Amino acid sequence: MIDPLDAVAAVGRGTLGAVRATGAVALFGAAGLSHLLRPPFYGRMFLLALVEFSYFSLPVVALTAVFSGAVIALQSFTGFSRFGAESAIAGIVVLSVVRELGPVLAGLMVAGRVGAAMAAELGTMRVTDQIDALGTLSTNPMKYLVAPRLLAGVIAVPLLVVVADILGVAGGFLVSTAKLGFNPSGYLTSTFNILTTADVVAGLAQAATFGFLIALMGCYHGYNSKGGAQGVGSATTSAVVAASILILAFDYVLTELFFAR
Amino acid sequence: MSDPSTNDPKIRIRGLTKAFGTKTVLDGIDLDVAAGTSMVVIGGSGSGKSVLLKCILGLIEPDAGSIEIDGRDVLRLPRQEREQVNARIGMLFQAGALFDSLTVWENVAFGLLAQHKAARAEARQRAGAILAQVGLDPSVGDLSPAELSGGMQKRVGLARAIAAQPDILFFDEPTTGLDPIMGAVIDGLIVDCVKRLGSTAIAITHDMASATRIGDRAAMLFRGKLVWQGPAADLLHSGNEMVDQFTHGRRDGPIQMELRR
Ligand SMILES: Nc1ncnc2c1ncn2[C@@H]1O[C@H](COP(=O)(O)OP(=O)(O)O)[C@@H](O)[C@H]1O
Ligand SMILES: [Mg+2]
Repeated sequence: MIDPLDAVAAVGRGTLGAVRATGAVALFGAAGLSHLLRPPFYGRMFLLALVEFSYFSLPVVALTAVFSGAVIALQSFTGFSRFGAESAIAGIVVLSVVRELGPVLAGLMVAGRVGAAMAAELGTMRVTDQIDALGTLSTNPMKYLVAPRLLAGVIAVPLLVVVADILGVAGGFLVSTAKLGFNPSGYLTSTFNILTTADVVAGLAQAATFGFLIALMGCYHGYNSKGGAQGVGSATTSAVVAASILILAFDYVLTELFFAR
Repeated sequence: MSDPSTNDPKIRIRGLTKAFGTKTVLDGIDLDVAAGTSMVVIGGSGSGKSVLLKCILGLIEPDAGSIEIDGRDVLRLPRQEREQVNARIGMLFQAGALFDSLTVWENVAFGLLAQHKAARAEARQRAGAILAQVGLDPSVGDLSPAELSGGMQKRVGLARAIAAQPDILFFDEPTTGLDPIMGAVIDGLIVDCVKRLGSTAIAITHDMASATRIGDRAAMLFRGKLVWQGPAADLLHSGNEMVDQFTHGRRDGPIQMELRR
């Protein structure tokens, strides 16, 4: 027999669990950020995380950006050619790349690469007592492990997105000029005429938010993992899944904030 | 179960209680450790020995009870004073918990660098000297922990624990997983280090040979309670049925292995 109250109870439990998890993540993030305001600051850990975030993510972000820019040019050409609006393509490419695709695709790629690596590293440190060991060696693990990574995420992902924006536009430019037969200087002129500073700033603000979310999810799930190799594995999965969903959710919220009237 | 010889103990634990969910791991522990003496706590796997040490270190928050170090209840100290107390405690973790992203010498010097007791070049020298104290060649300092054998990792863990010259030392199963000869060597090093620093020590173990070598006094943990305390030399003829069964490794007796919980 199925008691309808069971279903209600399950929804209630689920909601409570979600609220509790959100609270825990928020507290964790706030604690991590507050450590940035109080010395010492572990510059070496910050630089290591920055290099991991940005430099080693460059190839995958660059490739993703070039191909997305190229695909948008192609797709919008098939859509628009019927109405004779080819000139709009330059604008569509640059606006979709700078406002939307650059930050989101770079964010998702970095979540898969760096978020996973962070969760695995901190998770392994947790289950092998290395995080506890830090505490016995006059080092606050939140300050040493988490704070530098959060800051690195906020700084590195916008840098990556600048590169992604340029390469995305370049991808669209290549297809438009080499394949669709557009005039190169005309294409570039339309590109820069349409793009505004506000678009760039909004895109970079999204990128910084995504970088923070990626680092937060990687650190939170790694830091709180338990139960040996399996626990580290599921922490890694959770970090990537949670970061990806949050990126898409925040993308909507921020788009609403920046662009909707 | 209090002992008249320890009127002014370095560490005084009263009524320490900790449960994980419904499972009570520590159930009202009373323990005194006199300054400059070594206490061994014996008990079966999963009996809560590590939890006891982690409670004293503040890595796990107990549900009830008090822990006094030098007469101050550390559970109720503000965070900063608590960190100052912890800075005077060194801990050798069960699985070493060496930082695998750092070299051996950086591991050993970690606490010194964190407390700004030494600059990097000097810390490196000191690390070499400390490695020599635990019978390792200073050249080992340039290796990574993963390149070391189990016995060498234990030595490095010991070196890291004593580096800041703590007045309290904790050893979590220092000989588990080592061959008997290496176990005896590590015990010898532990006794040397504790003597040289004049530290107060708590060692937890289920290795009887090790317990009698390291400890001045001993206590046995069973089902969350200390069921016996006395001189470590009496371990093998304590007159307590449970201690006897444990120290002689008998299958039958008051202790029945719990196969479910
Ligand atoms: N952080 C924790 N969360 C939940 N249970 C724990 C935790 N730490 C230890 N336990 C449980 O407490 C019990 C005692 O663990 P421990 O102190 O590590 O045993 P041992 O005496 O072998 O060192 C075990 O059953 C373990 O599962
Ligand atoms: Mg243990």
